Amino acid sequence: MSVLAWGFDMLLAAGLLWLAWQALFTQRRFSAVVNFMAFYLLMALVWVRLDAPDIALAEAAIGAGVTGALLLTALGRLPAGTSVGADPRRWQRPLQHLAMAGAGMGVIWLAWSAYHLPRPGLAGEVTATLDATGVSHAVTAVLLNLRAFDTLLEIVIMLAAVVLVWSLGPPLGPPLRAFAPATALPGLPALSHLLHPFFVLVPVYLLWRGTHAPGGAFPAGAVMGAGGVLLLLTEARPWEYLRHHRLLLHVLLAAGMALFLVVALGGMLLTGTFFAFPLFLAPTLIMAVEIATALSIALMLMAFYLYGEPGQ
Amino acid sequence: MTEALHWLGYAFVAAGILFFLAGSLGLLRFPDVFTRLHALTKADNLGLGLICLGLALQASGPAEAVKYLLIWLLMLVASGIGATLIASTALACGLAPRQADRPPSTSTSQRPTEQ
Amino acid sequence: MTTFLYAAGAILLLANAGVGAWRILRGPTSADRMLAAEMITTSAIAVLLLLSIVSGQSALVDVALLFALLAAVAMANFVTRTWTLLRDDKDAREEARHD
Repeated sequence: MSVLAWGFDMLLAAGLLWLAWQALFTQRRFSAVVNFMAFYLLMALVWVRLDAPDIALAEAAIGAGVTGALLLTALGRLPAGTSVGADPRRWQRPLQHLAMAGAGMGVIWLAWSAYHLPRPGLAGEVTATLDATGVSHAVTAVLLNLRAFDTLLEIVIMLAAVVLVWSLGPPLGPPLRAFAPATALPGLPALSHLLHPFFVLVPVYLLWRGTHAPGGAFPAGAVMGAGGVLLLLTEARPWEYLRHHRLLLHVLLAAGMALFLVVALGGMLLTGTFFAFPLFLAPTLIMAVEIATALSIALMLMAFYLYGEPGQ
Repeated sequence: MTEALHWLGYAFVAAGILFFLAGSLGLLRFPDVFTRLHALTKADNLGLGLICLGLALQASGPAEAVKYLLIWLLMLVASGIGATLIASTALACGLAPRQADRPPSTSTSQRPTEQ
Repeated sequence: MTTFLYAAGAILLLANAGVGAWRILRGPTSADRMLAAEMITTSAIAVLLLLSIVSGQSALVDVALLFALLAAVAMANFVTRTWTLLRDDKDAREEARHD
């Protein structure tokens, strides 16, 4: 059995390195993107092998769904023509070797120090305090109670990125409007019609799972965002829709952060500590924050995809 | 009964893996994108379906079995529709399906239609 | 025995997915590459399902469910991108085909 596990891991690592190599050194941009998507698929398997199904879920949702979509649209906005990288000049060669040697040393040092980290880390302490957090899944407890401040900051960073993208003004190139002729591709609307119930159902399921098993707001939001991207790709309606509902859009974008802050400040009023909420309220509050965060993340990912404020 | 179901499940999973291998043989050997589309969407999805069916037969409860079959259903939708999308996109890009080289006998058999 | 058989099957499927990586490298058209990525997705789903039995983690089935759901998004993106390229620029046909 251990031989099989070892063989699987070796095969996985080899495949990962191979795909990374192809993604970095291929001459064609589209080929690089496809390699990157395949790389993410294998990366999810790696997280599974490392016994981290939560990260595997997030990796699957973000990597397979949203990142590929973002990269492909970014590709569409680049000027036409192949992007063969220039050969390095002669004086750049030593620098190149130096950088590669430095990166190699860094990786070895990281592996060495990771090998010497205390095992099993903080898992014991988290399990000991799990009863006081209001949820029964350790990862959710860490993300939304024990280290909720980190999660709040992550949401703030994503919101700041959306504001930044929007503040860049109207996109310079051709208007970013995906084009798919419904007559030539009748399958595309059919695809979105068939899959939409699942794009609503699966995030709800993930949110519900998050209270007691791997799941939670991040994968749920990413799946919902991917569903939104599919909607944007296949139907022209959502653009108009967003224009008429700009206030709602803004409120929903900030909902995760706002609710998070309200909960944190409320905790300060009730117990005197920032982000400390009473145990009897904790499950409800965590669920509410998760739902708001998932909605915000979904809309943020769609906002990244649009590259500009809709309706402008 | 459960013993028999388990063995049936193993058989299905093994057959599914065989279909996966057949599909990648097609991906290796077939001459153009349209034929490779056949290898992939048919053989690989049948393989996945057989694996899902085999695991569903061994599942501990109906909820688990339904989830396996749901995965297969989603993949069928994605690759069934995706195959038509890719094929029409490849056609729009100007890729023509590769035709078999016609021996002279077939060209004579076509003569009635030319008249 | 179940774990042994399914672990062996997972290794076989993972090695089989290497064919997809080779096809991404070879091309020759972008449609081929997209097809190969989908083949790797299908293989990864099968591997995840087998691993969930081997390791007894039912959460892996959820990961497989996400892969199956999101395979369609990648496909739709590829198709709309190619058609957008074809519409925007008459000279883009070569790029849409190969890039």
